[in-house]
Amino acid sequence: MLLLALDTATPAVTVALHDGESVVASSSQVDARRHGELLLPAVDRVLAEAGTKLDAVTGIVVGVGPGPYTGLRVGLMTADTFGLVLGVPVHGLCTLDALAYASCIEGPFVAATDARRKEVYWARYADRRTRVTEPAVDRPADIADQVAGLPAVGAGARLYPDTFPNAHEPEHVSAAALASLAVEKLQAGEELAAPRPLYLRRPDAQVPKNYKVVTPK
Amino acid sequence: MADLRDAPLVLGIETSCDETGVGIVRGTTLLADAVASSVDEHARFGGVVPEVASRAHLEAMVPTIDRALKEAGVAATDLDGIAVTAGPGLAGALLVGVSAAKAYAYALGKPLYGVNHLASHICVDQLEHGALPEPTMALLVSGGHSSLLLSTDITSDVRPMGATIDDAAGEAFDKIARVLNLGFPGGPVIDRYAKEGDPEAIAFPRGLTGPRDPAYDFSFSGLKTAVARWIEAKRAAGEEVPVRDVAASFQEAVVDVLTRKAVRACKDEGVDHLMIGGGVAANSRLRALAQERCEAAGIRLRVPRPKLCTDNGAMVAALGAEMVARGRAASDWDLSADSSLPVTDPHVPGTSQGHGHNHDHVHEVAKDNLYS
Ligand SMILES: [Zn+2]
Repeated sequence: MLLLALDTATPAVTVALHDGESVVASSSQVDARRHGELLLPAVDRVLAEAGTKLDAVTGIVVGVGPGPYTGLRVGLMTADTFGLVLGVPVHGLCTLDALAYASCIEGPFVAATDARRKEVYWARYADRRTRVTEPAVDRPADIADQVAGLPAVGAGARLYPDTFPNAHEPEHVSAAALASLAVEKLQAGEELAAPRPLYLRRPDAQVPKNYKVVTPK
Repeated sequence: MADLRDAPLVLGIETSCDETGVGIVRGTTLLADAVASSVDEHARFGGVVPEVASRAHLEAMVPTIDRALKEAGVAATDLDGIAVTAGPGLAGALLVGVSAAKAYAYALGKPLYGVNHLASHICVDQLEHGALPEPTMALLVSGGHSSLLLSTDITSDVRPMGATIDDAAGEAFDKIARVLNLGFPGGPVIDRYAKEGDPEAIAFPRGLTGPRDPAYDFSFSGLKTAVARWIEAKRAAGEEVPVRDVAASFQEAVVDVLTRKAVRACKDEGVDHLMIGGGVAANSRLRALAQERCEAAGIRLRVPRPKLCTDNGAMVAALGAEMVARGRAASDWDLSADSSLPVTDPHVPGTSQGHGHNHDHVHEVAKDNLYS
């Protein structure tokens, strides 16, 4: 088994290669504006570091978000296209799950990422493998009751200390964690989801009621 | 014109607006032109919604690549290169195509060519009428662009002669169709109504045609407003709006200015070929009037069939094939989607040494890299 993991749903552009036993190479860069430029060179670097080529990959796992749209699609499109050429399965995993999986917190906690527009993408976890709520997008103040008293991981928690006073590592998702979680699930015989984006928001678009009258009144 | 079997086989990907296009060409021969459009999803918004377009590109890309390969009857491994629209266009939409093209080229071990959308609109004519004359004057008109361009070599030299200073010609069609309650997109429906109307019924203004105005620039905003006011005045007076005459007179005002300026540019520059591309090139009156005026001026007009005029992947493949044929440098793996890529950049050559890519190649960051 050689699993290639990618995630571009958050400011982290992260790539890892997992051989079924451990992560053999990885790369993470945090740059919210350059997902498109950074991802392919990172894949190239990770493969080179592992001394292998893309055609040796037997499966792909990609973070499906939730995440701000533009960057999120870079990872998904790349994973889909690799899958098309290589003829290998492409799996999707929730980005918050990978973030949670990398935490060392005992007991319940929250994972939250920055959704911009003063909102967070978030979910609650019973432990680092068990998500107990659907991923959601909300204003931090609106979910204060639901996360009160819980430690939290992710950049979304750090951004809003009023709602998340107890912020923990990790701040950013890593493809190494994504790969490890995917391998654990696959080896347990679990079916992983299809690589479909979790946007959680509808596109911004105004339906014009009518054309704007141009004749001065 | 027959292509040699060893002419470059290139797959092109286009996602600058609302069409997911994948085309395959061998040299100047069209092998496949697969397009998935999200236009219906935008209709109720009266214009293209960038996020809706980007979501649709992600969904449509892999099936459209598959369809193009089947249509062309070629294997992906036989391709000589992958071309993609790097810009200009909607940033988020471009990024989906660029991501797909990079992954595709990398996985196949083929060179990647990030190319200019406008230069592609010109180059597509090679698939219809053979090698582009050099120089070529090109009039590109669509919902996104209205430009007059002069090219002596489509892979390296495209000069802007003029462009719209406000709205694109296609936007004016959309707007007037909306004022007339004819739906979106406006181009085809205005064309249809105009066929039954009188183009001289109403004298709408011709923008930027005064003696002191820039000779090759366009303006359609004033025309748009004049037409809307005229319609509103009719309605306010309780009179019926003569939709066919309005459509015909409005359309005449647009195509009159477009063709007049294009022919003038050809004459001034001593260019004996004019090509017209972009979605508005499908307009029947534009084609007819351009034909008439070019003939009178001794200019040969080249307009590709309508399906090649609207955004598609074949045009990107056509320019990519020309890049390969002329030995232009491939793009690097960190190629950006550039929503405002200048028209003077027909493609985005890589900065790393040599050209072409293979998996053993080490991509060093150039010292003058903007981001380092
Ligand atoms: Zn176009």
